Amino acid sequence: MSMTESSRREWLLTDHPASRRQARLGQMYRTWLTFRQNRLAMVGLGIVVLLVLVAIFADLIAPYDPLISGDLRTARLLPPSWNHPMGTDEQARDIFSRVVYGSRLTLMVVALVAIIATPIGLLVGTTAGYFGGWVDIILMRITDIFLAFPRLILALAFVAALGPGIENAIIAIAITSWPPYARLARAETLTIRDTDYIAAIRLQGASSARIISGHVVPLCLSSVIIRVTLDMAGIILTAAGLGFLGLGAQPPQPEWGAMIAAGRRFLIDFWWVATMPGIAIFAVSLGFNLLGDGLRDVLDPKGRG
Amino acid sequence: MRAPSAFLWQVTKLLATLALTFIGLLLVTFLIGRIVPVDPVLAVVGDRASQSVYDKAYIELGLDKPLYEQFWIYMTKMVTGDLGQSFLTKKDIADDILRVFPATLELATVGILIGTVLGLPLGVLAAVKKGKLADQLVRVLGLVGYSAPIFWLGLLGLLVFYAKLGWVAGPGRIDIGYEYSVTQTTGLLLIDSAMQGQWDAFRNVVSHIILPASLLGYFSMAYISRMTRSFMLNELAQEYITTARVKGVPEWRIIWIHALRNAAVPLVTVIALSYASLLEGSVLTETVFAWPGLGQYLTNSLQNADMNAVLGGTMVIGVIFVGLNLLSDLLYTLLDPRVRRRG
Repeated sequence: MSMTESSRREWLLTDHPASRRQARLGQMYRTWLTFRQNRLAMVGLGIVVLLVLVAIFADLIAPYDPLISGDLRTARLLPPSWNHPMGTDEQARDIFSRVVYGSRLTLMVVALVAIIATPIGLLVGTTAGYFGGWVDIILMRITDIFLAFPRLILALAFVAALGPGIENAIIAIAITSWPPYARLARAETLTIRDTDYIAAIRLQGASSARIISGHVVPLCLSSVIIRVTLDMAGIILTAAGLGFLGLGAQPPQPEWGAMIAAGRRFLIDFWWVATMPGIAIFAVSLGFNLLGDGLRDVLDPKGRG
Repeated sequence: MRAPSAFLWQVTKLLATLALTFIGLLLVTFLIGRIVPVDPVLAVVGDRASQSVYDKAYIELGLDKPLYEQFWIYMTKMVTGDLGQSFLTKKDIADDILRVFPATLELATVGILIGTVLGLPLGVLAAVKKGKLADQLVRVLGLVGYSAPIFWLGLLGLLVFYAKLGWVAGPGRIDIGYEYSVTQTTGLLLIDSAMQGQWDAFRNVVSHIILPASLLGYFSMAYISRMTRSFMLNELAQEYITTARVKGVPEWRIIWIHALRNAAVPLVTVIALSYASLLEGSVLTETVFAWPGLGQYLTNSLQNADMNAVLGGTMVIGVIFVGLNLLSDLLYTLLDPRVRRRG
């Protein structure tokens, strides 16, 4: 039954796909071949995959417990060494282990924000674009109002109202993230709305809800997903900023931004405490930026810089 | 040319949009103020007040009225510049914000100057050397700017340039020794100290501002150089550039005079927008550098759960943001005759 490597490749790249699934898989394979040539994008993909792996296998990778203090008399604020690759913090905890476990929080924030904000943006944007008229004006005005605030400031105000904590930080970031997706989805919908095949579906008696969910949303999805990927670095930086200000994850949770804030007090004498989590934030958001740039180059040639 | 009635229609539409956006801003801050779990009455009277005092304050704050009426009162207050009083200091928030704002303005302005002066030539360079090493370097420089947390770079900057090398002054706007010798007329210490001829104080202010402003400048440089590159590539592909080359116009003139002048129009928008985003960056930067501006005021108020002050600050930043957006639109119309004619 098993196909050989070369015949699988032929099946994917055939000019005469026998089924819709084959055509779609072939398309994806071609996209992947183009993407693979972009070396920086591959580096970005590598970093993101590494982040996911580290988050999954944190228990195996981290040599120490991220929350329980070590020996406070002898193991506080130790510089990086063989035993503690990133040194220890003021509570004698191994910083490397904390950074490793912190990847879970980062991944959780990114994933949840994407899961909450993308559907809101898609729903608002496609509805506004499909119906037009007053619906469009009202929905887009609301979107513009959210865009009128700088993102971090609005998130700050929301967290201040909801109370600090990682769940509220996620909600606040999601609330501030959806407007650009809505705009994008609306623009895409406007180009689809008046096409013949949508008119044909409408003549068959499909309801507006069915047309939007079954036919408009799938067509907007790919450009919105690229946009979300491009945004992920920004989401990570906003979350870290909230953490740094003491509004995100609360101690003793190993959130990278909060770790930098804690290390700030010892910055001059014990530089590694604040520096190490920052390297992690930087690497991960660089990875998402590279990946997003690469995806855009492959899937959306218009936006190529 | 456009008929005057069409012009009036444009202005009316713009004003209506602006008014709606402001009402929306107010509605958002108003609603955020309502979802706070803190009881606003207790924040005013303290938790040991008797029931009668509590009821009196409840009515004074207008909490017995229906929500839409409360919003109307809130709106009229805000429009007249009354942002309410801080729960903590009992001072007028509008006064507080006016007092701290010049510090933020000074920092953001020096930042955007640095960002533009560096970002523009780098973007032009990257466009001219497209695909070459210089282009790659500018891209990497920009990517680092997009990816690094600003507060972390700020801390590293303090560690290296202040603590280890001693090249710049540490946190704060000015050394305490100079703080009272400079009379604050504009609130912008660079201008105040220079006008009073206090060059020692001026040097001190420069040494304080240079690190945080360079940091903000770096982040706007990342954005400005990227946009400059793409606008320049767009212009350099136009036919008038080929014509100029055929005519024998020197290459530097083609790049810096012909192409850049046309790329400058959309660039004005980009610079105005990144100026606005520096306000956002200032929240984290001011925290790191103990800079007594709007950002620090906001974070301090946050830490003290002073909701009135937080919402007042948010509101002011929102208004400035909208204003700068509007300004960039207007400049765009003024600078580009094509947009002006189309209307």
